Amino acid sequence: MASLKDLRNRIASVKATQKITKAMQMVAAAKLRKAQTAAEAARPYSARMAIVLANISSAMEGRDDAPKLMTGTGSDKTHLLLVATAERGLCGGFNSSIARKARDRARALMAEGKEVKILCVGKKGHDALRMEFGSILMKPVTFREIRNIGFAQAEQVGQQVLQLFEEEAFDVCTLFYSEFQSVISQIPTALQIIPAATSSGDEVEEEAANVNYEYEPDEEEILADLLPRNVAVQIFRALLENAASEQGARMSAMDNATRNAGEMIDKLTLSFNRQRQAQITKELIEIISGAEAL
Amino acid sequence: MAEPFQFELVSPEALLLSEEASEVVVPGSEGYFTVMANHAPLMSTLKPGVVEVKLASGDSKQIFVRGGFADVSPSGFTLLAEYSVPLEDLDMAELDQEIQNAQEDVNDADSDEKRAKAELLLGQLETCRDAINASRH
Repeated sequence: MASLKDLRNRIASVKATQKITKAMQMVAAAKLRKAQTAAEAARPYSARMAIVLANISSAMEGRDDAPKLMTGTGSDKTHLLLVATAERGLCGGFNSSIARKARDRARALMAEGKEVKILCVGKKGHDALRMEFGSILMKPVTFREIRNIGFAQAEQVGQQVLQLFEEEAFDVCTLFYSEFQSVISQIPTALQIIPAATSSGDEVEEEAANVNYEYEPDEEEILADLLPRNVAVQIFRALLENAASEQGARMSAMDNATRNAGEMIDKLTLSFNRQRQAQITKELIEIISGAEAL
Repeated sequence: MAEPFQFELVSPEALLLSEEASEVVVPGSEGYFTVMANHAPLMSTLKPGVVEVKLASGDSKQIFVRGGFADVSPSGFTLLAEYSVPLEDLDMAELDQEIQNAQEDVNDADSDEKRAKAELLLGQLETCRDAINASRH
């Protein structure tokens, strides 16, 4: 049985922990709001991009001189998995669920005899995958020092991916990130970015069909200009979704931790009081029996 | 007074401008063009340059844009720009740095295709700088 002093110390330490988790939860809540606004602000651009892309790809359909970024290299032997995770931990299952999804995909592809390469954006994903896939892991891209992810960072990753594509280092590129649904639900998602998936929503299709565009310069050149941009935009969107998901996951994880700490404090206080009373009773009995013996 | 139409300037990070405009001059990669109401649907890539917007309210705005494209549809005109900044806030030193980078790209290019691309960008940036310098002095 722990002594009274031990119990008092434990209660103090759990209280300190609770304060930290509570503060982290509040910080995450504030950051979440910011991340959500950023994700919303970025939506018009990617939505427009999707419309434009759908317009042009429907115009380009059936032509065999379409760029490789859209049609692919013709094989699917080498896969690049672009895994976007957070830079920090303490956010529940956020990082591990993205890593798990990527790991499952990598294993499935390897079982089919395909070659797999992995590029991690964010330190945590790299750490999680290093044990199993150390040999096929590329040097990770980290944005630890950067507080707010901007388009410049996404562009930097995009450039790196495009360069690898140009060097014919891979045929298919899939992006792993976590789609933000709500504070309690973030869905790990896999999105193929190269070759560009052209299946877009019905809404987009409809709008595309109605308009007869004039192109300047011609479709081909615009498409050649557009597709690399699209890669960066998709990555940017994923990074923003990730940022919102991360804060959401951290918020609920820290909320749980705070509640657990509260329960623990209650339990510890109860046993502290009980023991204190037991000790007082014991001392009383000692005094009384001492007096009676006289 | 020209008929107004909906003009939107969108960057990857935010919707920067969404207003009624009467006339917009855009630096298309094949040359500057002006968009007014009921323009035929057009899609064009941009070269670095200055967009001049005449708002329906009578104000006008000058915005420096780089990289992106213009989408003129019957519902309005959307300018998707990767980088944009109001002309008066544009830092000339930054532009000079860009030009220097472009120059290095030209020197480092290992294939004719890349060199041609880099040279094109360099030329566009230089023209743009000269134009801005001329307008400021």
